[in-house]
This record gives sequence, structure tokens and C-alpha cells, in this order.
Amino acid sequence: MSRSDGSPVLEARELTVLHGQLPALQGVSLEVRTGEAYAIIGANGAGKSTLLRTLAGLHRPAAGSVLLDGVDVTARRAEERLAAGIALVPEGRRLFGSMTLEENVLVGTYHAREGTWDVDRVFELFPWMAERRRQSAWQLSGGEQQAVAIARALVANPRILLLDELSLGLSPAVVRRIYGVLPELRSAGVTILLVEQDVTQALAVASRIQCLLEGRTTLVGAPSEFTPARIEAAYFGLAGATPAAGEEAG
Amino acid sequence: MSSTLERPPALDAIRVTRSSRPRRWTLLLGIAVVAVLAYLPYLAYAGTTDTLTDFFVLLTMSSMWNLLAGYAGMVSVGQQAFIGLGAYFVLILAQHGVEPFVAIPVATVGCAVIAIPIALLLLRLRGGYFAIATWVVAEVCLQVISRFNSLGGGTGAPLPGLDDMDPTIRTAITYWASLAVAVAALAVIYLLLRGRLGLVLTAIRDNEIGARSLGVRVARARRLVFLVAAAGCGAAGTIVIISALNVQAPAAFTVEWSANMIFVTIIGGIGTIEGPIVGSIVFFALQQSLSEHGALYLIIVGLVAIVVAIWAPQGLWGLIGGRLRLFPVGYWLRVGPDAGRTLPSPDRPDETAFLAGDAAAERGGEHDG
Amino acid sequence: MNWVNAIVQGILLGGLYALFGCGLSLLFGVMGVINLAHGDLAVVAAYLAVVMLPSIGIAAPLSFLVAIPLFALLGYFGQRTLIQKSLDRGPFTVLLVTFGISVVIENGLLELFSADSHSLNIGSFTSQSIQVGRLSVGVLSVTVFVVAVVVLLGLQYFLARARAGRLIRAVADDREAAQLSGADYRHVFGVAAAIAFATVAVAGIAFGMYSSFNPSIGTSRLLFAFEAVVIGGLGSLWGTLVGGIVLGVAQAIGAKINPAYGILAGHLVFLAVLAVRPQGITGGRRSE
Repeated sequence: MSRSDGSPVLEARELTVLHGQLPALQGVSLEVRTGEAYAIIGANGAGKSTLLRTLAGLHRPAAGSVLLDGVDVTARRAEERLAAGIALVPEGRRLFGSMTLEENVLVGTYHAREGTWDVDRVFELFPWMAERRRQSAWQLSGGEQQAVAIARALVANPRILLLDELSLGLSPAVVRRIYGVLPELRSAGVTILLVEQDVTQALAVASRIQCLLEGRTTLVGAPSEFTPARIEAAYFGLAGATPAAGEEAG
Repeated sequence: MSSTLERPPALDAIRVTRSSRPRRWTLLLGIAVVAVLAYLPYLAYAGTTDTLTDFFVLLTMSSMWNLLAGYAGMVSVGQQAFIGLGAYFVLILAQHGVEPFVAIPVATVGCAVIAIPIALLLLRLRGGYFAIATWVVAEVCLQVISRFNSLGGGTGAPLPGLDDMDPTIRTAITYWASLAVAVAALAVIYLLLRGRLGLVLTAIRDNEIGARSLGVRVARARRLVFLVAAAGCGAAGTIVIISALNVQAPAAFTVEWSANMIFVTIIGGIGTIEGPIVGSIVFFALQQSLSEHGALYLIIVGLVAIVVAIWAPQGLWGLIGGRLRLFPVGYWLRVGPDAGRTLPSPDRPDETAFLAGDAAAERGGEHDG
Repeated sequence: MNWVNAIVQGILLGGLYALFGCGLSLLFGVMGVINLAHGDLAVVAAYLAVVMLPSIGIAAPLSFLVAIPLFALLGYFGQRTLIQKSLDRGPFTVLLVTFGISVVIENGLLELFSADSHSLNIGSFTSQSIQVGRLSVGVLSVTVFVVAVVVLLGLQYFLARARAGRLIRAVADDREAAQLSGADYRHVFGVAAAIAFATVAVAGIAFGMYSSFNPSIGTSRLLFAFEAVVIGGLGSLWGTLVGGIVLGVAQAIGAKINPAYGILAGHLVFLAVLAVRPQGITGGRRSE
């Protein structure tokens, strides 16, 4: 499933997003290549979730564009972007409370693209789901809900999977188990863009990272390129953090 | 519209001022208008006087509904409960020998008192729940009043006490009473909104939880507005029965009162004090010219109101009056070099100024969900 | 026996109220707004049947076949145009707009049909009754109750099993999450509105067979529908049936005490439920 011309699956160009009059993102750009796991890190309020939501179509940017496989999808609504291949697992899981586990995953299939992911395959990925399929969503634990949310997005056969703050509200052991699924997804050819507040976790799974601070990019590159001090400086906006090449000065 | 503040401005460069000082000329103009209106019975025929009485009643009711819905965010479809109660208060008092005109203030207070337990029940509700509950309350009032034969049952009762008054004088005094009620209603609304209540209501509307955490007594503010609106509609109801000289329960408690109030305010402009005034004039003119066609004028007005609500939510006053406020109740936050000016002008707003307390300005940007 | 008869009548009437209420409940559950024109739309359906009967000459029950798809279409397109635009402005606006529609409909019917009462003539069906033990129950009442239960069952099944039904529930649970799963929520709203309007058509025509009607009776139908939903508890279709039955029985008991107290009794029970247990009889998690 890899593209031979090397162009990115998902691209954001100079995104500017406003919350009322406050700028949440200012001229943010990124590129996610096929098959990679790209992590966006940053402190609370840095604009990470806003970025994902804008990429998924829930926010209209005031300026900038979003491209999927080179096609400009900025004008498309969220449901249209899913049809094009962008699937977001939103912050806080957001399962359908009145439905069972199975129904939640089923809803994901209703507007799915062609592909190899279906309910059965997802139940193979998460073996515990099969026997709990009729349980109400709100009876599941936080980690289980997170898995169901991922499953719901997977069955839509997306080109790229967006994961927003998987670790939120979960214990470290559960978080490790959730993230343990990611390598299996990557080997199945799923491209992943994730937002994560836990920097250690992000560094462990990502092939490239981007750090945001107050709506601007402060760092882009492979984890191996940076010292922990450098990342910390970018994260907190300390002296010694220089804007990434090509970005506007902070 | 993306002027971002890179550095917080120095404290002395920020001032909070009124959106415009009540200019002396608007006050004088208002007094002159009221004086002319008061003199009217000496100039005009009884028919005109009667018509204007109805106009002031409509104006009072609409202003009250605007206070409830436009400023406090409570959409009521049941204000006819208090209109009817106001009328029946006067009837009961008149049947016990009280001069009807004297009964007006008593009935007004009476309606406010009755509104207290009703508020207790209804004010926990929001949105559509609140709306329909007010409607049910109005229906209950209708049903209960209709049970009393002494009040005319369902067929109607005449208003005693005014029979030996000269009709021309009676019409004039009724007119002056309705004018007084309308002026009092507008004055009360203006003073309330200009004072602390106005700011409290804005805070509640913008962020109720935030306001509550700052100690704003949300429930108390809502209750006050509800009681004032009840009293105002009750006062309007007293004029209704006095000018008609009889009362019939289904007519006194008909939802058509609410329909009129709502359409007037929508068309005139929700969220400004001037809106209901403009709307009443337009509505009244329409009503007078189309009255022979019965239900037709309500259909036309209803359709116009629907169109205005969706496509021009700021109403007529918002369209033609713009930022002009004859009754200034809002605030400006002036930031930057102009903060030192003593006479801010609302007509040419600063780019970095924010308008608070102006319900109409915010109504245009009502958010989805 | 008279009392038992009255209560049974109340229970059966509750079916009709549930029929009125389920459309309102569906729209509120999915879109979060109350359609103040709900009752008047039902009256329109009744008048539609009146109009169709002399001109097409079809038997009254067949008017359902015409009215239901017509109203479904009206619901879908009304939602996609007017209601959606109002929703985009805010829930405040929807209340005002549906109230305006209510007034326009009532006065429109007044212009077209005058204030006289009409009723749907279905022959002897109206007066037939069957004996159950020592009770005498109207055949029409029982039929309407059965129709109500069937409609509720159908609706329940649709929401539980059908793809469109699940999408409606998804959008009702979490609109954004549904969008992220590819659902066009405006279309889903439209489908929900179509279904709600279809139930309104059934309720209106059934009501027209049950009793006489006039242009201004829509208001009370709206109030009864809402009362049934609230008493029973929002978020549950069977709750609406329970609520309708409670309302019907309250009205019947009130009317037994004094014929003029019937409706008042229903209103008082509603207000009491609002005061003491606003989430309704079956209400639990999802109260207003």
C-alpha cells in the first residue's frame, strides 16, 4: 500500500484556526508519509487536539489547507473526509452510550470505504471483544472503550488514522496495552497520526514527532535527532528552543 | 477580525464605559413624546384614543416578553396567564367595590405574588420544557377561573364600577392609564437592565457556569425577571378588561396574546429595548389595515416573523437602527490609546473594543449548540 | 363499574396520547428541540382526510396510506430546509419558528375550513362496542390503542435494528462522533423528522376518527403529547406509552368527578410530575 512517488498521505499547509477571537493554531504545517507513525506533542492548550479536529473536518481553518493524497479537502465536511479516508478517534473516546460494543463498531461500517478491515478482523485484533459484543458501551472500562473507539474508526478502512490523546484518563498499564496494538496496525499498512501528552509514550512509538506550543510548531523531526533537553525546551517554550526550519518565527 | 494582543495592555489603558451616555436630548425627546401623547385625548376622537390604548397594551406586553426572552433567555409561550390574571384581579376587586382604576396597581402586584410559586416550579426548566410548561400553566389558569360562576364561568362577566362614568372621560382615563403602564414598563425595564441586573443577565447568557462560580445569583436574577414580566403582563391585562368593560375567560387567556408579543418582538428586534417599540408600530399598522381579513393578517405576520427569525434575527431595529441605542444599557471595554477618551462614540467602534450587555449584538452570533 | 369503565377508557385514550407523543419524543431525543407545531400538524392530517374523503371517495382508513408518505416527505424536506436553518441559529430560534408555524397553520386552517367542527365519518365503527365481562369498550378505542402499540413496536424495532435507526441513535448520542463515523447528521435529522411526521399523520387521522376537531385544537394536542412524554420519561418509547396512559387515566378520573375537570386533572398531574420527579416515571440517566 505504499506510494512509490513518496508524496505524503496527509498534508497541512499553514493552518490557522481561531476559537472565537483567540488563535488556536497559527500557520501550522505538517506532512505524514505513508506507513509512518507521526506524533504531535505539546503541553495543554498547545493546539494539538485542535489540529487533529481541523484535519478531520470538525473545524474550519481561517487560513491554510488540508491535503489528502495531494487532493485539497479543506472545504469538505467531516463525514466527507471519512469517505475520503481520514478517520479520527476523538479525545475522550466518545462512544455511543445507548449502544452495545458491537453496535458501536457497526456504525463505523455504515459509511466505510473499500478495504480489508471489517468487524471480524477487528475482533481478531482485539480478541476480548467477541464475547463482550453485546455489552453496553458505558459498562466498558476506559481502556476497553478506547479500544472500541479505535475499532470503530478502523472498520471505515481509512487512509490515515488520527488518534487524539489515547492515554487520557487511563492507567499506565492500560495505556501501554493500547499502544501495544499500534505496531500491529502499522505492519498492516495503517498510517497513523497521533496526539499525545505523554512525551515518553509518544517517543516510543513515533517515527517522527512535531512539537506545538501556543499554536505554533517548535520542533519537527525524528526522535533520534533531538536530545531530551532540546525536546523539553520546545515543549515548554524555554530559551534554546528555535522554531523549526521553514516555520514562522514565534 | 484577528487583531491579537501580543502583550497585555497597561492597566491604565483599559476603561469600562457605558455604550453611550444617556444624552440629554433623548431624555427631553422622550418627555416631549410622552407629553404629546398625554395631550392626545383632547385632540382626537374616542376611536383613535381607543386604538392607541390597544397599542400601548401591545407595547407593554411585547417589552415584557422581550425582557424574558431577549435578555434572560426564557422563551415563554404562556404570558397570557398573567394577562388574564391581571384582568380577573380587577374584576374581583371591582365586584367588591374597588374602583377599577385604583385596582390596577393592586392587580399588578397580585400577579407578581402569584408568579412566585409559579416561578418556583418553572424556573428549573430550560428551553422547550420551560416554554410548554408556561403554556400548560396558562391553560390551568383558564380552566380554574372558568370554574367560578361568580367570575362569569366560561361565558363572561361585565366589569362593574365604571357604568356611571361619562364614556368620553372613561376612554380618556383608560388611555392615560395605558400610557402610564407603558411608560412605567419601559422605565422599569430600562432601569433594571442599566443596573446590576443587566450585567448579571449578560454574564449568565455568556457563560452560566462561569457566572455561577463567580457568585452570580443566577436563580435570583431569573426569578426577578420572571416576576417583573408577570407584573407587567398583569398590568397590561388590567387595561384590557377596563377598556373592554367585560372579560371572557377564553379570550383573556388565549395564546394569541403570546403570538402577538412574540411576533412583535421578533420583527422589531429581540434583545433591544427599542425593538418591541418598532415592532409594535409595524405590527399595529398591519393589524389596523388588515383587520377585516380576520385570520389572514396573523398568517402574514407569522410568516414574516419566521423569515425574520431565521434570516434577519436582529429584527427591524437591528437593520435600520444598527448600533444606535436610545436606551443604552450596554458597556464598552475600551483598550489601547483611545482608552483615555471621556466620550466614547458607539457609532464608530474601536477595533479592539468589546461590547458587553448588548443582547442584540450577540443575538446575531448565536452559537449552534 | 362506571369508574372501572372510565379508567379503561382512560387507558385506551392513553394509546392515542402515546401516538401523539412518540413523534415529539423522537425529534426531541435526536435534535434536542421541541416542535411547537406538532399538534397543529396532526390537525392538518385530520383535515387532509376530510378533504380526501368526498373527493376521492376512499374509506377513511385508506387516508392513512396517502397521508403517511406525504407527511414523511414534508417532514424530511421541512427539516432539511426550514428547521435546519433555524437549528443553525440556535434552539431559541427553533422554538420561535415552530411557534410561528403553529400560528400560521391554525389560522390557515381557520381561513380554509372556518371554525366549525369536523369529524371523520367512518360509519358505525365509531359507535360499536364490545363486551368484556361487565365492561363495555368501544371498538374504535381498542383499535386506536392497538395501532399505537404497533407503531411504538415498529419504531422500537427500527431504532434497535435498522441501519437508519442506529444512525439516528448515534447522532442522538453524540453528533460529532457520528459525523466522524461518516454520518451526514443533517440527512439523519431529516430521516428522523420524516418518521416523526409520519407518526403525527397517524395520530391526527386516528384522532379525527375518535372525536370532532377544529382548527384551534392543535394546541391542546401538543400539550397532551408533551405531557405524555414528560410523565412517562424522555428517552423511552414505552415510557411515552406509560405516560400517555397515566395522562388518559388522570383525565378520565377528573372527568368522572366533574365533566369540566378532565383536562385540568391531566394538567395538574403533569405539573406535579414536573415538581416532584421531572425525569418522569421511566426516566433515569437521560433526564432533561
